[in-house]
This record gives sequence, structure tokens and C-alpha cells, in this order.
Amino acid sequence: MVELTLPKNSQITKGKTWPKPQGAKKVTEFKVYRWNPDDGKNPSIDTYYVDRENCGPMVLDGLIYIKNHIDPTLTFRRSCREGVCGSCAMNIGGTNTLACTKGMDEVLVKEVVNIYPLPHMEVVKDLVPDLTRFYAQHASIEPWLQTDTAAPEKEWRQSKEDRERLDGLYECILCACCSTSCPSYWWNGDRYLGPAALLQANRWLKDSRDERTGARLDNLEDPFRLYRCHTIMNCAQACPKSLNPAKAIAEIKKMMVERQI
Amino acid sequence: MHSPMRTPLGRVRGLGSARSGTHHFFLQRLTALGNLILTVAFLIIVMSVLGESYSTVHTTLANPVVAVIMLLALLSVTVHMRLGMQVVIEDYIHTEGMKVALVIGNTFFTTVIGLAGAFAVLKISLGG
Repeated sequence: MVELTLPKNSQITKGKTWPKPQGAKKVTEFKVYRWNPDDGKNPSIDTYYVDRENCGPMVLDGLIYIKNHIDPTLTFRRSCREGVCGSCAMNIGGTNTLACTKGMDEVLVKEVVNIYPLPHMEVVKDLVPDLTRFYAQHASIEPWLQTDTAAPEKEWRQSKEDRERLDGLYECILCACCSTSCPSYWWNGDRYLGPAALLQANRWLKDSRDERTGARLDNLEDPFRLYRCHTIMNCAQACPKSLNPAKAIAEIKKMMVERQI
Repeated sequence: MHSPMRTPLGRVRGLGSARSGTHHFFLQRLTALGNLILTVAFLIIVMSVLGESYSTVHTTLANPVVAVIMLLALLSVTVHMRLGMQVVIEDYIHTEGMKVALVIGNTFFTTVIGLAGAFAVLKISLGG
């Protein structure tokens, strides 16, 4: 059954409140999910105060400020700090998004920045979720060009119009904001591929150079892999790159019907 | 299939694609359209006999056009009900035995409801 309450060892307790930075005139309060696999304790919410005059404007700047100036044990992924790598995806102010492209002032709830890891994933530590299955799902749709025709001497050719059909699909950075915002993925993530993998599946289905469209559709035609999408649209709402995985999934379903009727 | 040493890709691939689901998906939408049309017709029929006597209602339902609309509505609604409920069961019930039992129960229930309704309409229409 779907679990509506958290298991005992996942219930969140009140954490530590760290002192305000000395001499700071303008501070923003951060409430951050903490969990350490090594101390045997339940997760907790720690409170930090970020000195806004010594810190950039984005949520990631705030987290880096906390790690550098207040608590070096705070653990999170980050790399490019400009919305290209997808590492710093987390649940901020109740929505999955990238910490690096979200301004602190955009996400305040009662003057507080609330930060949790991506929902319904196993946590490695603090804000780091285990994305092993998520990446395996991406691998399972075989995200590379597949052809049976002998490779041409130069490149596989594609018209400008056909190339344009990949717009809105190829830009995905696999941050997992969409998949982990999807209730269907929460309940059936072991069998449902989720919006991110399906958006990529559509990217290869739509590629005019690919010759394995039918086999790709065969691989997806499944009550769980594809049809667990119930058009809830959280994916499109969450995507920090403004892509629309729900539409991509609808296009796959359309292809499925098209080849039968 | 819960062996802990299995690779993540092996786990995701699992038993492979079922190669089905499109028929279920299409039929659910088809019956939704059917329900839309037939429910309007059903409401018109019900409203036309509101407050009428038993024999008038009986005669109306015995009319071949009305009877066929009623039978179609029963078919469309019960098929839609079965498909929709099955999805809900698959979404929320994760104990394999319970899930299979409920999917079977759902099929039995909707079949009984549909056939009992159809029998009533036919009895009124043909049996007099």
C-alpha cells in the first residue's frame, strides 16, 4: 500500500539552531533538512542565518555560505552554478528546482528558505539523494543513435526542420526535478520510468536519423513503464529548464495509438 | 527479483516490457467519450419520466430506442469503470497477491453490475 506516514526512523525531529553571523545587518533564515547515515539519529531540520551582504543572491550561494562560514558538515551536490549540470536539484520552498538558478527572495515562505532533498528518493546524506535507479532508467531507454544502415562516410544527415523537432527535448539536464515531483513516480518508481527518462525516450523517437523507432516503442509499451503517467503535470511545473515532459509522454502515447489504428 | 547484487539496469529492465497497455489506454478514452454522450441521453430519458406512473416508465423503457441507449450506457459505463478502477488498484496496491485479487474482484464486480443491469432492461423491453 501507499505509505501516508513516514516510517519511525524517517520522522523529522527539531534540529539545531545555529547562531546568527556576528555584525550581519541583513540576514535570511534557512531551514535545512539534515540526515547523517553514520550517527543513527532521525533526520532533523537545522536553522541557519545567512548574511546577505556577504553572499550572492541565489539559494546555492546561501548553502555555500553556510558550508563555508557556519557548518562545514552540510552536504549537498553542486558544480556549474548556472543551471547546466543539474547537480544542485533539491526541494526548495516546496518545489523541486535547482538551487543555483533560484533566487532566495523568490522562494521565501514566511521569510524562511526551506530546503529538503528531492522527494521520495533514498537519502545518501543531507541534501544528496541516491539517483542510481534514476540513471539506470535513463540507460534503459538506450539514449543513443541506433541504425542498421551502414554508417555514412561523413555524418548522418538531417534537415533543419527535423533538427527542430528535437527542440524542447534535447535540453534536459537530468536533474531529476520532474521525476521526483511526480506522485506516480513516488508510488511506482520501480516500474514507471518517470518523466525524465520518457522525455529522453521521446527525444530519440523523434530523431529522424534513428532507425529503431519501432523497437523503442516496443520497449516502452507497458502498463507501468509508460502508462503510469496520469497527466498530473507536476513535471512540467517543476522543470527548471521550462521543458514539458508531460507533453513528451503524451506524444509517445499518440505514437502508440497511431501504429495500431 | 529482489536479489541485492542485481545491477540497477537489470532491476529497471525487470521482466521486460509487457508489450501492452495501449488498448487499455485507448479504450478508456473511447468509453469516456461514450459516457459523455450516453450520460446526456440517459439524463434526458430519466428527466422525461420524472413523476410519471410506473406503467408510463415501464412503457418508456420498453421502447427499443430507449432500451438500446440504456444497454449502450451500461456497457460503456461498466467497461470504463473496470478500466479506471484497475489503474487505481495498480497505482496504490503494492502487495502482489492483494493486487491480483482486487483486479479479479474488480472484473467480477463490474461484469455482474453490467449484466444485471442489461438483464433488467431486456426483461422490461422484451418480457413485458
